[in-house]
Amino acid sequence: MTTLIHNVILIDPEAGTETPGALVLRDGAIAERLPAAPESLERFAEVVDGGGRHLAPGIVDWGVKVSEPGERHKESFRTAGLSAAAGGVTTIVTRPDTAPAIDTPEILEFVARRAAQDSPVRVLPMAALTKGREGREMTEIAFLRDAGAVAFTDGDRVVEDTRVFGRALTYAKGLGALVVSHVQDPGLSRGAVMTSGKFASLRGLPAVSPMAERLGLERDLALAEMTGARLHADQVTTAAALPALARAKAQGLDVTAGVSVHHLTLNDFDVGDYRTFFKLVPPLRQEEDREAAVEALASGLIDVLCSMHTPQDEESKRLPFEAAAPGAVGLETLLPAALRLVHGGRIGLPQLFRALSLNPSRRLGLPTGRLVVGAPADLVLFDLHAPFVLDRWKMRSKSKNTPFDGARLQGRVRGTWVAGHRVWEG
Amino acid sequence: MPFHQPHLLGIEPLHPVEITTLLDLADTYAERNRKGLPGGDALRGLTQVNMFFEPSTRTQSSFEIAGKKLGAEVMNMGIAASSVKKGETLIDTALTLNAMRPDLLVVRHPMSGAVDLLAQKLQNCAVLNAGDGRHEHPTQALLDALTIRRAKGRLHRLSIAICGDIAHSRVARSNILLLHKMENRIRLVAPPTLMPPGIDAFGCEVFHDMEEGLQGVDVVMMLRLQRERMDGGFVPSEREYFHRYGLDAEKLGHAAPDAIVMHPGPMNRGVEIDGTIADDINRSVIQTQVEMGVAVRMAAMDLLAQNLRATRGRAALGEEV
Repeated sequence: MTTLIHNVILIDPEAGTETPGALVLRDGAIAERLPAAPESLERFAEVVDGGGRHLAPGIVDWGVKVSEPGERHKESFRTAGLSAAAGGVTTIVTRPDTAPAIDTPEILEFVARRAAQDSPVRVLPMAALTKGREGREMTEIAFLRDAGAVAFTDGDRVVEDTRVFGRALTYAKGLGALVVSHVQDPGLSRGAVMTSGKFASLRGLPAVSPMAERLGLERDLALAEMTGARLHADQVTTAAALPALARAKAQGLDVTAGVSVHHLTLNDFDVGDYRTFFKLVPPLRQEEDREAAVEALASGLIDVLCSMHTPQDEESKRLPFEAAAPGAVGLETLLPAALRLVHGGRIGLPQLFRALSLNPSRRLGLPTGRLVVGAPADLVLFDLHAPFVLDRWKMRSKSKNTPFDGARLQGRVRGTWVAGHRVWEG
Repeated sequence: MPFHQPHLLGIEPLHPVEITTLLDLADTYAERNRKGLPGGDALRGLTQVNMFFEPSTRTQSSFEIAGKKLGAEVMNMGIAASSVKKGETLIDTALTLNAMRPDLLVVRHPMSGAVDLLAQKLQNCAVLNAGDGRHEHPTQALLDALTIRRAKGRLHRLSIAICGDIAHSRVARSNILLLHKMENRIRLVAPPTLMPPGIDAFGCEVFHDMEEGLQGVDVVMMLRLQRERMDGGFVPSEREYFHRYGLDAEKLGHAAPDAIVMHPGPMNRGVEIDGTIADDINRSVIQTQVEMGVAVRMAAMDLLAQNLRATRGRAALGEEV
């Protein structure tokens, strides 16, 4: 089947351009890229008029928690996939911090099978780096890679023993496997639920210095240098950590870093009167850190922007702040929230889609994230200016724990294509 | 009436006029109590439930006496033996309570913000925070304020030092907020490990040296240091702490000659305060604080009950509440 999408502005993150044009999709791939619609539309089985809206490579959301196995009442592959499609996310890269952890090829195969059956978007799983995510023994990295694991991580648990982590990195290096680390000093951050500062002090909540992130990052960068392994820091969210990242990149280490959209659009004050939907890992930062992270994303120092989608049911959130479960859902709000940065003049659309689509694809060795002939036809069509007020009960995710409930957002997804098939029409 | 709060969850939401209103009423209760007169019947027909998720002797009994003096039916819920131990969540506890229809609920909880959460889920009931985690302990700050006002004749333009474990203290937070609202000069004295980060943003002066911190102050407010924090975790030892931050005659000599000494209790004699100073009737107002505690809690419950009755009255008339 041949599809034409015309009358759109093509966002090409690779070339860094926004140009009017049209795309022809055939056999799941981009077959032609045209400056405008051809005069005769007869040869197309389907013609989509984009109405002058923006068309970009579909988002690759790196670090999504789908709560299968273990907590399917919070999120399933079906609901996560629908949520992703509605948010313009065409590939979700899942976390292994399920119950049990995804640490054997058998569990990974279960996950892959469930995902293939139920999800309308692509699902690529990450696997645990250590057995049971306990930080003691490494998992079967080669078997897991052969079973489809795209990266290895213990989620937000830091492998505290540097010898264990160093060996896992060395072993991964031998296989060319990518390791994702949560950069945080475990000692300083023990028991903390906020970033230290005047607001945490006013609310009387246990807090951690932002310096704990720099400590964790410096440690992991040193180990990456020692082993030569490929390392991705899941979330770099503080000003103090950024120079270390810049230094490591300048030095030529094979390192990249991500950040969640929440840390770019919210700060510690948003916690307000102990609002547990704003309890995240790492905790929301002070405004200066948020500013620094936005700048680092715009400059390309931070490579990847993601949602860190973490579904939690009402029960786990309706508790005192310290006792509540951390995390927020984000598949559906990733793009509109990120567009706040575009509307605020902080970042251009091609740069934004570098961080949302191109960079994660490149880092994970995927052919997606590009608008070139031959690339997979994974696309998102969105109305940059359409305003709306988010109603969390209308989200497709099983869990409704979004910090953006009632927020005014601008930018709606009108269409999502995965391998040339339309999976969302809004 | 210049007191508009449905609950007393903290000092933060209070207006200075509300604080003054409450203290004025507490003053009259203090006088009545001293004269041995009955408290009155402000809470007659109301049920007061004391729910302490953390052990407490003085605060709980103070609330109990205050409620009884005003004619409330007072019930103490022993949480240690209750369903919380069986895994009931705070919300379920709230729903259970709702069904029992208490009028006044006094809550202490080990987690910051837990009392706010409970208040959000309760209907038709005034909630009093008797201490939540490290967040607030409003009645303690109010009783401290009343004690200061009675001893000094005013509650503004005083220089007040708060000394000790400020980082873990809800008493310190509520006192800082209240004394700041009433336009006093606040000096915080503690080792850096017990000083919360960013506290200078609250308009306090920060000192790590006790003698410097006490220079010329009108009020010295000592805080309790829990013993488990003295074993090298936050300070190296009890004796080093007493040497540097314990209040003795020499250190007190740096304060104004008529400075008063306060302590929220229970005291660790020889750790944060020297026994002879605690017992010095010319300087120490520690016993007065306990006395004012009852009066302040009577006033707080009286005002909240008035607002509760007014709200119920409007609801009965079918007005929107």
